[in-house]
Amino acid sequence: MCGIVGLLIKDPSAGDSLGKLLLPMFECMAERGPDSAGLAVFGPPPPGAQRRYSLFFPGGTFDWQQLARSFTAQTGKHCEIRCQANHAVLMADVEPAELKSWLDECDPAPYLLSAGRSMDVYKDEGHPAAIARQYRFDQLTGSHCVGHTRMATESAVSPAHAHPFTAGEDFCLVHNGSLSNPYMLRRKLEAEGLTFETDNDTEAACRWIEWRMRQGEGLDQALHSAASELDGFYTLLMATAGQLTLVRDAFACKPAVVAETPGYVAIASEFRSLAHLPGIEEADIFEPLPEEIYSWKR
Amino acid sequence: METLTSDRELVRLDLASLGVRRLNDYLHHELPRCGARRVEIVNPAGQHNIAVGLDCPVQLDVRGHGGYFLAGMNKQAQVTVDGSVGWSVAENMMSGSVRVRGNASQCAGASAHGGLLVIEGNAASRCGISMKGCDIVVGGNVGHVSAFMAQAGRLLVCGDAGAGLGDSLYEAVIYVAGRIQGLGADAREEPMTAEDFQQVAELLRRAGLAGDPRRFKRVASARTLYHWNADAHQEY
Amino acid sequence: MPHQEHREESYSFNRHVLAYIQQAAEHGLYEIRGLGAKRALPTFDDLVFLTASLSRYPLEGYREKCLTRTVLGTRHAKKPIELDIPITIAGMSFGALSAHAKEAIGRAATEMGTSTTTGDGGMTPEERESSKTLIYQCLPSRYGFNPDDLRRADAIEVVVGQGAKPGGGGVLLGQKISPRVAAMRTLPEGIDQRSACRHPDWTGPDDLAIKIAELREITDWQVPVYVKIGASRVPNDVKLAVKSGADVVVVDGMQGGTAATQQVFIEHAGIPTLAALRQAVEALEEMNVVGQVQLIISGGIRTGADVAKALAMGADAVALGQGVLMALGCNSPTYGPPGERTDVTADYHQLGAAPGYCHHCHTGRCPVGITTQDDLLSERLPPAEGARRLQNYLSVMNMELTTLARACGKSNVHHLEREDLVALTIEAAAMARLPLAGTNWIPGS
Repeated sequence: MCGIVGLLIKDPSAGDSLGKLLLPMFECMAERGPDSAGLAVFGPPPPGAQRRYSLFFPGGTFDWQQLARSFTAQTGKHCEIRCQANHAVLMADVEPAELKSWLDECDPAPYLLSAGRSMDVYKDEGHPAAIARQYRFDQLTGSHCVGHTRMATESAVSPAHAHPFTAGEDFCLVHNGSLSNPYMLRRKLEAEGLTFETDNDTEAACRWIEWRMRQGEGLDQALHSAASELDGFYTLLMATAGQLTLVRDAFACKPAVVAETPGYVAIASEFRSLAHLPGIEEADIFEPLPEEIYSWKR
Repeated sequence: METLTSDRELVRLDLASLGVRRLNDYLHHELPRCGARRVEIVNPAGQHNIAVGLDCPVQLDVRGHGGYFLAGMNKQAQVTVDGSVGWSVAENMMSGSVRVRGNASQCAGASAHGGLLVIEGNAASRCGISMKGCDIVVGGNVGHVSAFMAQAGRLLVCGDAGAGLGDSLYEAVIYVAGRIQGLGADAREEPMTAEDFQQVAELLRRAGLAGDPRRFKRVASARTLYHWNADAHQEY
Repeated sequence: MPHQEHREESYSFNRHVLAYIQQAAEHGLYEIRGLGAKRALPTFDDLVFLTASLSRYPLEGYREKCLTRTVLGTRHAKKPIELDIPITIAGMSFGALSAHAKEAIGRAATEMGTSTTTGDGGMTPEERESSKTLIYQCLPSRYGFNPDDLRRADAIEVVVGQGAKPGGGGVLLGQKISPRVAAMRTLPEGIDQRSACRHPDWTGPDDLAIKIAELREITDWQVPVYVKIGASRVPNDVKLAVKSGADVVVVDGMQGGTAATQQVFIEHAGIPTLAALRQAVEALEEMNVVGQVQLIISGGIRTGADVAKALAMGADAVALGQGVLMALGCNSPTYGPPGERTDVTADYHQLGAAPGYCHHCHTGRCPVGITTQDDLLSERLPPAEGARRLQNYLSVMNMELTTLARACGKSNVHHLEREDLVALTIEAAAMARLPLAGTNWIPGS
């Protein structure tokens, strides 16, 4: 009930074109998921010990500048805020736990979509093309990105349920398919002290993988163990600051196509999403094999 | 009905301006009446459901990539695609032919009853799933679980075949020249007979692909699932 | 002093369970059988109507009209399905049923102005000729599926699952794979047919949307597309079916029948029709598509009262399967025209069954000639006699439906509403979300 897209620009100097290349891919997948969408973009980290936090406030204008001022006033820490419509990126030298508890005290409080040094996350309800316009996806720059368009079942299409799901820092995941044992995974993680924001099966997968990485496993290793723990049909596309990773379950019933050239790696649920990319005629185009982990490092 | 050019021989249709609905409407109703023998579709842009439900002995060329279900349920038409296609190309084809010059995504030729499907590049997983009598010839590789529950017809693979080949096979026969990563339940390799070599040669010729029949292996059903038998600890 | 004999049956290890364990131990075989769930469940019998009183006025039977006209598939199709009654015939295959049975069903349905449905195996010419309105199923197996029949159909039903076995594929044992059935299904004669449980060319609602578009394109958007699901995760499934483009959603509860499947599936998978119906209606209401997307409920619909209650709870129509077979003579000790009945109790015993207890459709030895491919047995059900019986049954059901509707003051059976109903048990009240009779209490609300 969705479409996924991913793009990694291999040439560090060509990062300016990320958004332009992504936009037609993203809009094309709107047919598979017309109700809500999201995008995670990875770029160079801010200076010093600053982190970036993506914030979202649905429905109505939000005074982001006021939020920034309150933050500085209450924590004594400097921050920068860049905003676009319902979305803002707050940059400050503050730990995620501290920011989260500060946000919880705010009223009204925006959603915290992501934490990290390299990653910004956008999510909203509505048609993906409208979301792309609203947040100017075509102008985004960076090294790689992961996006998702969603066909929703709940009556209240809420941004919390949209992908990409994030966990920890600089880690996000989008998912096409349906896990068949998500509640078991959640209970295991809740027993380890993790908390969940939604009842979405994708959140279970996301937090499970991130938890394994926090135990010291690399992403690839975490996915090896995932193969026996996660059950169902899934194509998972993940990103960290350093890499883009794709894996499909053993049945591989949910679609995914990869196109790779010397200049980029592009991933989408359907080939036509990639058909406009430059050099696609000469690209190496393939469909990922089941249970193989495909990783592209920056 | 606007066409780019139209004479008794060739009709050129621009999918970008027509849209899939008008295209298919034309192909179903006006084309058989107008007597043209060739149709060319430009700007397909990977859209879904291009030229589905054809029932007309025309040559139809798609100049570019197709999406899902291209030429689904084809009867009589000879279709070529100058590009790649998405899932389920020529699904449930009854007769005629479909040739894809690029690659085909999953489920190519799913449940096809007749005709010839040629994929010059690679076909992804589940190629020939549930096939019921068509011939499928793949110049490159096929993905995992190809010819799953294939009932009748022939699948010929010039390249490699993925895991689970021919799982739950009925009477369809598979010929593979390259590596077979693994056989599915009830599928087994059998020795090639003179008849098999002839069939392979004929399929290659009809597909217009080069290949040495002697390189091919035969995979067919062991027929142990044909009768419900709990002694074999079978699942149904 | 002799010990007084006292027979106490175990509730858990009762005679059924003992027989099952003993069979399994003796032969190592699991049971495959026909029909639907036999266990006790909350059903429509646990609901009753609040008919007219001082505050609600009834309509006179016969003289004052009570409309039963039903239209299905209005969302996209140029030619929606128009029926005289909201009682349709569910998909049952030629192969599972004899050609005579299919023809009888078609003729009766045509006389009553309602639809029949093909099954796993495709469309037969007899079926198309005898049935004025014929729904064509698109199943995971795609046996016999072809574009010519697709274009001859009045509607298309994409079958995701059925109530007897949500998540399971079709089964037809070798004894019913006759030459004709084998040819239609492209199978060798006499082997056991195994069907896939998923469709070959799409998986999931996002890809189903594209498949439905394909079927529409092939049929030039003329006819409605139904999506049929077995009742398990009903709320999500109904919403996803709507999102995928379904014009009509068909929900088949666990009581729904089959010609052959594993007993373990029939009794232990899927939810009761009563609960499924309520969830399906809520899903359509939440999506705001009531009136645009129609709902057909099936799974153990037996009487006109069942039909009336289903409509009151929000269904647009019902589909019958097992009831149709029983009208044709399933589980009857005799067959034949009135006054010339032949007793076949011995034939039931030969199968290891008895009239009233038989579910042996899978054997192909149906004593009354319905679920068989055997020519001699088929002759026990001449199409005209079968059509007469089925038409009678459907007429009676329709009369019961309108009787109850009129008694509730409705001039149109589609004006029955959930407030016309109350429940007799707490389970039924909870599943149907209706108040327990005599109270305002709906458990769980």
